[in-house]
Amino acid sequence: MKKISLRQMKEKQKGTICDIAAGQALHNKFMSMGIYHGREIAKISSIGLKGPVAIKVGRSVLVLGHGVANKITVEVE
Amino acid sequence: MIKKVFLIGNPNVGKSVVFSRLTGVRVISSNYAGTTVEIMRGMLKLGEQEIEVVDLPGTYSLEPASKSEEVAVSLLYEYPKDEIAVINIVDSTNLERNLYLTLQLLEAGLPVVVSLNMCDEAKHNGVSLEVDKLEKILGVPVISTCAVTGSGIKLLLERIHEVKPVLREKFSHRQRWQDIGAIIERVQHLTHRHHTLREILEDASVRPFSGALIAIGVLFVSFQVVRFIGENLISRIADPVFFNLYQPLLAKLSHFLGEESFIHHLLIGDLINGRIDFKQSLGLLTTAPYIEFAMVLPYIISFYFVLGLLEDIGILPRLAMLLDTLLHHLGLHGFAIIPVLLGFGCNVPGILATRNLESRRERFIAATLISIGVPCVALQAMIFGLLGRFSGFYVSGVYLVLLVVWLILGIILNHTAKGYSPEFLVEIPPYRIPSLATLWHKLFLRIKGFLIEAAPLVLLGVLAVNVLLYFKLFDFLTGIFAPVVKGLFGLPKEAIVSLVMGLFRKDVAVGMLLPLALTAKQLFITAVLLSISFPCVATFIVFFKELGLKDLIKASLIMLTVGLVTGSLLNFAIR
Repeated sequence: MKKISLRQMKEKQKGTICDIAAGQALHNKFMSMGIYHGREIAKISSIGLKGPVAIKVGRSVLVLGHGVANKITVEVE
Repeated sequence: MIKKVFLIGNPNVGKSVVFSRLTGVRVISSNYAGTTVEIMRGMLKLGEQEIEVVDLPGTYSLEPASKSEEVAVSLLYEYPKDEIAVINIVDSTNLERNLYLTLQLLEAGLPVVVSLNMCDEAKHNGVSLEVDKLEKILGVPVISTCAVTGSGIKLLLERIHEVKPVLREKFSHRQRWQDIGAIIERVQHLTHRHHTLREILEDASVRPFSGALIAIGVLFVSFQVVRFIGENLISRIADPVFFNLYQPLLAKLSHFLGEESFIHHLLIGDLINGRIDFKQSLGLLTTAPYIEFAMVLPYIISFYFVLGLLEDIGILPRLAMLLDTLLHHLGLHGFAIIPVLLGFGCNVPGILATRNLESRRERFIAATLISIGVPCVALQAMIFGLLGRFSGFYVSGVYLVLLVVWLILGIILNHTAKGYSPEFLVEIPPYRIPSLATLWHKLFLRIKGFLIEAAPLVLLGVLAVNVLLYFKLFDFLTGIFAPVVKGLFGLPKEAIVSLVMGLFRKDVAVGMLLPLALTAKQLFITAVLLSISFPCVATFIVFFKELGLKDLIKASLIMLTVGLVTGSLLNFAIR
């Protein structure tokens, strides 16, 4: 098990969210969209080095901007 | 006694379609989050009673994250709870995410009925939901609906009277998700299915290379289709009607009125080489309707048809993801591409759609970039009309110059505008096959909107120009601006009249350019200048309403500066 950011995940890799470094407002928004501590997610793709990241959470596909994606740490195998 | 019905739900679950079904009021719906930025109201007949239905912009939770969500949530608490019913519209294909808001609504003690919408799509995707069980667990009526076809809506209305607040313990966020997990376990059953072609396409369009290829292909084909449909509507329908049917009638009227009379000048305008010329005569019965119906309307129809398709298939949010990095350099994030694309139809809905952007800074940048760098359909139709007879290079040249201006201006604004630009965080909908009925309604609404808003302005504009020309009142204007227009832009000084009129309505401006017999270079510069200036008076008004006087003045000064710089540069750079 190792901890990496959403950005560092590979395509199709699965992981469990273990840390979200965000303020209350963003935390709430993440929470309402199903991104929270302990949630399993899978990475779909990312665009370029400083571009957004697409992930699959439950049945939704969410796209997070580069900065937002960096705030999320994931535990992967 | 229920006096008001609210529709609330996550973005892109079909609230607007349910709203249309309930009230008969047609509203625009698309396949991306944030189509509805305004609160829509309509009336619903329930038995003997007339009840107001309020369609709220989509929200993921009762803790609002953007301006439009805040408005939605605050409205819910404005009325006594026994006088309202809240229809919580839920996407059946994604019950888990949607239940978060549902639980919050219940915890807040609001009287809720749940509409499990898109039930046909859920079934198609192998998702089956036990509606009765869910109803028992939640303690409120749950009805499965499919708003696009209308199934379930009748039942929804019948059960609206059953709503009452349920007592539900207030949970912490984490507990709520645990609770949702348990509910999903009990009511949702998934049938495993193999990857479909649709899913393969969905994945490919958010990957860097395949995504860019798909996006470029889609945009290229869209542009070609818009031009093809537009040109054919003009050459096969509009022009024949005007030239073969309408012109002979007008010729008789012209003869009857006598060329020298003032009324002839107003209605028919000037005869060019003894004949009515629809583009140049500038009469209320000649140029005004020709511009409106034969030059602009065909492109309005073709543009909105293609845009509607792209919207309903669900391509736009994917485009937003691909362009996120680029738009970051302009102080925006990817989602801003949607207002920009809407702006290519008409700047007014484009500027309205910037409400989906969270910070004021982003809204200012986006609205300014749209009004300066994005030509609306009417303007583009004029560009085709002006430059189409020269080589294709001139038309694409205008777009190229605009793109460069747009990028440079965006970068400058990003470095100078105060405030912050938040990050991109958006849900991508599945690709959907558009419903023909939705497409048609949307096209109809947009054409109607164009005719109601633009037609009177064009008439008024042509009338004003006509009268001012008759009394030679423009001479004053041409005198003042001659140094700029002649010296910097290399245009005849009379061109200023067209440029100024263009601020009122672009399509009126073009009729005034033709008599000046400009060279290709001069026409090119004029087309660029017309594109850079705000497309019409309605743009000024909506900009003022959305962002206030201070920002409007700022944007107008930026527009003047950009116009001056670009116009002079082009004049000196092109030989």
